[in-house]
Amino acid sequence: MLMFILRRLGVMMLTAFALTFIVFSLTNLQPNLEKLAKSEASVRMTDDQVVSWIANNGFDTPMISRYGQWLGVVPGWVKTMEDGEVRGRCIEKGADPAAAPVRCGLLQGDWGVSTVFKKPVSQILGRSLGQTGWLMLAVMLVMVPTALILGVLSGMREGSRTDRVLSTGAIITTATPEYVSGVIFIALFASATVGVSPLLVHLGLLGSPDALFGARKTLFMGTATSAMDHITFWNFALPVMTIALYGIGYIARMTRASMTEVMTAQYIRTARLKGVSFRQVVMKHALRNALIAPFTVIMLQFPWLLNGVVIVETLFNYKGFGWTLVQAATNNDIEMLLGCSVVAVFVVLVTQLISDVGYVFLNPRIRLA
Amino acid sequence: MDTLSWFQIIAAMAGRFLPVWVALVVTYTLSITFKRRLGLYGKLFDSPVGMIGFGVVMFWVFTAIFANWIITMDPLAQFSGSKNAVPGSALQAPDEGAYGYLLLGADHVARDVFSRMVMGSRVVLQIAPAATVFAFMVGITLGLPAGYFGGKLDTGLSFLANLVLAFPVILLFYLLVTPEIVKTGIPTWFAAILFVFPIVFFVILFNSRFFTNPAKRNLYVGAVLVIGIWAYSGLAFNLDPLGIWSMDPNLLNVFVSVVFVNSPGVFRIVRGMVMDIKTRDYVAAGQTRGEGPWYIMLWEILPNARGPLIVDFCLRIGYTTILLGTLGFFGLGVSPESPDWGSTIDDGRKLLSMVPHPALAPALALMSLVLGLNLLADGLREESLKD
Repeated sequence: MLMFILRRLGVMMLTAFALTFIVFSLTNLQPNLEKLAKSEASVRMTDDQVVSWIANNGFDTPMISRYGQWLGVVPGWVKTMEDGEVRGRCIEKGADPAAAPVRCGLLQGDWGVSTVFKKPVSQILGRSLGQTGWLMLAVMLVMVPTALILGVLSGMREGSRTDRVLSTGAIITTATPEYVSGVIFIALFASATVGVSPLLVHLGLLGSPDALFGARKTLFMGTATSAMDHITFWNFALPVMTIALYGIGYIARMTRASMTEVMTAQYIRTARLKGVSFRQVVMKHALRNALIAPFTVIMLQFPWLLNGVVIVETLFNYKGFGWTLVQAATNNDIEMLLGCSVVAVFVVLVTQLISDVGYVFLNPRIRLA
Repeated sequence: MDTLSWFQIIAAMAGRFLPVWVALVVTYTLSITFKRRLGLYGKLFDSPVGMIGFGVVMFWVFTAIFANWIITMDPLAQFSGSKNAVPGSALQAPDEGAYGYLLLGADHVARDVFSRMVMGSRVVLQIAPAATVFAFMVGITLGLPAGYFGGKLDTGLSFLANLVLAFPVILLFYLLVTPEIVKTGIPTWFAAILFVFPIVFFVILFNSRFFTNPAKRNLYVGAVLVIGIWAYSGLAFNLDPLGIWSMDPNLLNVFVSVVFVNSPGVFRIVRGMVMDIKTRDYVAAGQTRGEGPWYIMLWEILPNARGPLIVDFCLRIGYTTILLGTLGFFGLGVSPESPDWGSTIDDGRKLLSMVPHPALAPALALMSLVLGLNLLADGLREESLKD
């Protein structure tokens, strides 16, 4: 077991280095640096000036060495300008060059400064991850129980009417990407002109202070910007539903498949034949074995949830991790994008590890062997 | 002229789709009449789910084919005074003999939503299936030897596949589908690598089958090489002397990225199935007869893995459609004028709570196409399990 975890960790580290190096080289391509030079210094720079700006800011060393500096394993670059000023990766403007640390990179906790937000990357990442954390928490709380219950219900009696209805529903939700379901939800529930809200206003259930759903003009809010300060059901329900919907269908289908397989096993038939009630069989014998496979699936859903988060945060204007990533990518904010990538890669790899180790741990046939 | 009622709008739209209905009726009559002679495709018509899914998919395929007849306006034209017009509104000053109504309204720059949605199907159905086919070629060509030979080759290829799969898709798109990347020429090199696989696949396919019959082998392999290298030079490097094969650099970038994201998934499925099938007796029999490894892989194992692969192919076209929509939604790679569904949703979302129809029409179109593909895959899975 220990060897297995160690080997997995080794592969994981290798993957992490490979992925961050790919991201680093793709964000530090020459055209990106030229764009950065023009946006940071002046749009009207000549080509020569661009080249010297790139050199003066330490971007002219080989890619692998810059990657090492960014990681913090290679000493940061130091250069003496023509006017005698000493500049370097680790030397802050106006600070004494002698007092600056030799290395400054991820390992030293220096993630660089965002050019869009004009703040340290780590600070922005911390704030936006906090926002996204609340979103993910709400999504998980809605998605996992719903999906498991629906999956178990439909897998309990394969081919029954409940099964047919729930399976069709699951297929429909997996065919609906977040940007489609989000648009449909906003049109249905958050528009004052179409959908459910005008109808409710007409019926007197919405739009007046003493109405059942309150004095607002729409049932839910179409943006989640206000949820950053204060989360309410009203401003948070639609983004959470939009992300959860896709996952619910997928996890429910996996749970159903696993449940139907378990329900045809010999020991279930034995239990039924010795007179255990159907309820008891499902709750005591089937459920535990049927939930092993969905655990892996839920863990592997995280990378996809990350996609959902990016889309939903953009659609609902919720300034979390996904929104930050989009801002960094569209504005050529290299350090910020690198920071986001590190977090994304970390999340994906850790969930993969948990899913692998968890699967082995949960499955007695492998654990005890 | 007055604004049309919803009933009139639906009737008018059904009328515009007339060529599609005719084509669908013809397809279904022919297929159901001859379904016993059509193999797995014919069996599809025994499953209601599969029939519905196939119908929805074919609806969009025929819409893409007949799009020129179906559209009511030029999808790029702007009609003054019709900004954000509601569905069914009449044009203010229609040209002589032109269609007088905006069936599904107009968007924020007064373009016809209905025509854009119909034209969008053409963009999506041109790229998604082709990209999926390429991803399958790459996945199969690499997955077969990885699963069959195992060892170091398998370890290396699996590591690469997992590397791509561990990338969050959106991050990858933001890194790969940018104008700066096009400048560096990286997409061309990607294309140069990825587009080799179909040629390699077909050369090995025919060579392993016919190498005992050199005349036939030379004919087939030669034909593949001539057509393949001709298309290859045009698609990857834009160097086709006759100018038939060519691809817009932005489109090439989108295409290559989508193929790149999809191939590792196919690789994993193929590899898994080969590892399962290679333990069967008929493979051992083939090995004893002295058949070459590539013959066994391509002509013994691959045909026996076709059921799950066809199902995955349908699901993957749907997934590719979703990916293309995602790209459009973030405004990556496609031109801002493009009527593809993802970009139209992105255009429409800014005014979503005021005027939802410009975003809703393409959203529902995309959803129905993916749903159709999923139902089709479900039907195929059910029917192929009955064998």
